[in-house]
Amino acid sequence: MDPTKSIIEIKDLTHTYSSGTPFEHTAVAHIDLSFHPGELAGIIGHTGSGKSTLIQHLNGLLKPTSGQVLFQGEDIWKDKKFTHSIRGRVGLVFQYPEYQLFEENCWKDIAFGPKNQGISGDELDARVRRAAGFVGISEALLEKSPFDLSGGQKRRVAIAGVIAMEPDVLILDEPTAGLDAAGRDAILENIRAYQAAQNAAVIMVSHSMEEVADLCSRLIVMNKGRVAMDGTPAEVFTHVDELTEMGLSVPQVTSVFARLRAMGLDLPADVYTVRYAVARLQERKGGRSC
Amino acid sequence: MLKDITLGQFFPGKSIVHRLDPRTKILLLIIYIVALFLAKSWCSYGLVLLFLIAVTCLGRIPFKAMTRGLKPMLVFIIFTAVLNLFYTKSGTKLLDWWIFEIWSDGIITAFFMVMRIMMLICGTFLMTYTTSPIALTDALERLMNPLKKLHVPVHELAMMMSIALRFIPTLIEETDKIISAQKARGADFETGSLMRRAKALIPILVPLFVSAFRRADELATAMECRCYHGGEGRTRLKVLRYAGRDWVAFLVGALLLAGVIVLRRLGL
Repeated sequence: MDPTKSIIEIKDLTHTYSSGTPFEHTAVAHIDLSFHPGELAGIIGHTGSGKSTLIQHLNGLLKPTSGQVLFQGEDIWKDKKFTHSIRGRVGLVFQYPEYQLFEENCWKDIAFGPKNQGISGDELDARVRRAAGFVGISEALLEKSPFDLSGGQKRRVAIAGVIAMEPDVLILDEPTAGLDAAGRDAILENIRAYQAAQNAAVIMVSHSMEEVADLCSRLIVMNKGRVAMDGTPAEVFTHVDELTEMGLSVPQVTSVFARLRAMGLDLPADVYTVRYAVARLQERKGGRSC
Repeated sequence: MLKDITLGQFFPGKSIVHRLDPRTKILLLIIYIVALFLAKSWCSYGLVLLFLIAVTCLGRIPFKAMTRGLKPMLVFIIFTAVLNLFYTKSGTKLLDWWIFEIWSDGIITAFFMVMRIMMLICGTFLMTYTTSPIALTDALERLMNPLKKLHVPVHELAMMMSIALRFIPTLIEETDKIISAQKARGADFETGSLMRRAKALIPILVPLFVSAFRRADELATAMECRCYHGGEGRTRLKVLRYAGRDWVAFLVGALLLAGVIVLRRLGL
């Protein structure tokens, strides 16, 4: 696959809910975006900014009111069979995915997705075990009922259920919501591992600026159904005032640096991770002592 | 998709019908139904219809909303009309063909039966359109209060009803979410044999039941945390009180019933 070619492309997408009724509401309007294999993109935005509507278009769960979604250059709505097959190529993990577990043991639940794709036998078993490996679910747990697991483990089994379809594009809606720090780090590590191993495009919706700043190479900011910003975290987080106006924040370290700069210190504006901040500060300190 | 389902939808408003005490509306509905069943002539049906139209106008309910409510009952209404049309054998014979016979009284009976059913449905809809479900359960609890003497758990039943009503939209939303999530995993609910489609429901029903039980458990804990211990000694924030308009409404209801009875006596 050509890495420079986009794997999924959104063209002038608009979606209107309950159109033709008094409850008509346009959730997203005139969106143009494209994603490349191997890309790790974060989508941030205020509640109701259209993030969830947008991602549900990428695997054909919602049909655009106008505009197109192209997967490897082909319209995903061109025929029914194609739309259905897209669901396996573009994996979507919903918010709180543990609430969709239903099988009697974890193995069966993870196998649900690939089975729907028509995979069976040894290949199915291999897929399930591979997916379980990505999210750190041990062989012993595969035999257990998903309802006996802890919250974090359930979440990982549910994510494995999507990963087992081995999608080229993996979309996650707030994968770390409601988890403790250790669970959060583990899941983010799992996502990165999958992305690296499959050269998949990963799109992550998040509320945590620290999380996307740390993980993503590209940030898309949604506001009122439109793409407000699209760039690297360094580019996006320099617009502190605009982000605040949209009801978003910047990583804490970025706001600390912004305050320091306002106080007249000569510091870089593109600081968004603690690691980077420490390196720059040490650089300065070293410079002064010389 | 599931959001389009309406169950005795409530049209919020501030009309005099909306502001009536919900108990009044329930009792008035009973009076209306009794009057409707006592009516058996053009005059008395006309009187009841007049009442129905007057209340609809007072409540500012669009006539379209009333006819929309009738749609699901259409098959039942037609079935009743056909039965009455062919099984009434009095008056003058109008048609005799093969095994079918139509008598003049049959047409009249069928017409009256259809009117009766439609007016019955419209009247009930009128109440649910103008009364919020919560107000209705409140009123039912108060009206059934005397049954407490017979050890009927009136408060508990009313509480169950309001909780059920409260959770209908929540569960619909939840079902929508689960359907989307399973579709994202390639589940197919639309094709295949009946058996296959029934089986395809398992991935929806299991998570739905799990979450319903979880919600019930959480709700019970939350209620206990706020010292809920059943209806004993419980007071209300909004105490239902009859106002002047309620007595007027009762008077109108009584007049309607009296009118129908008088017309029946007079044989009109």
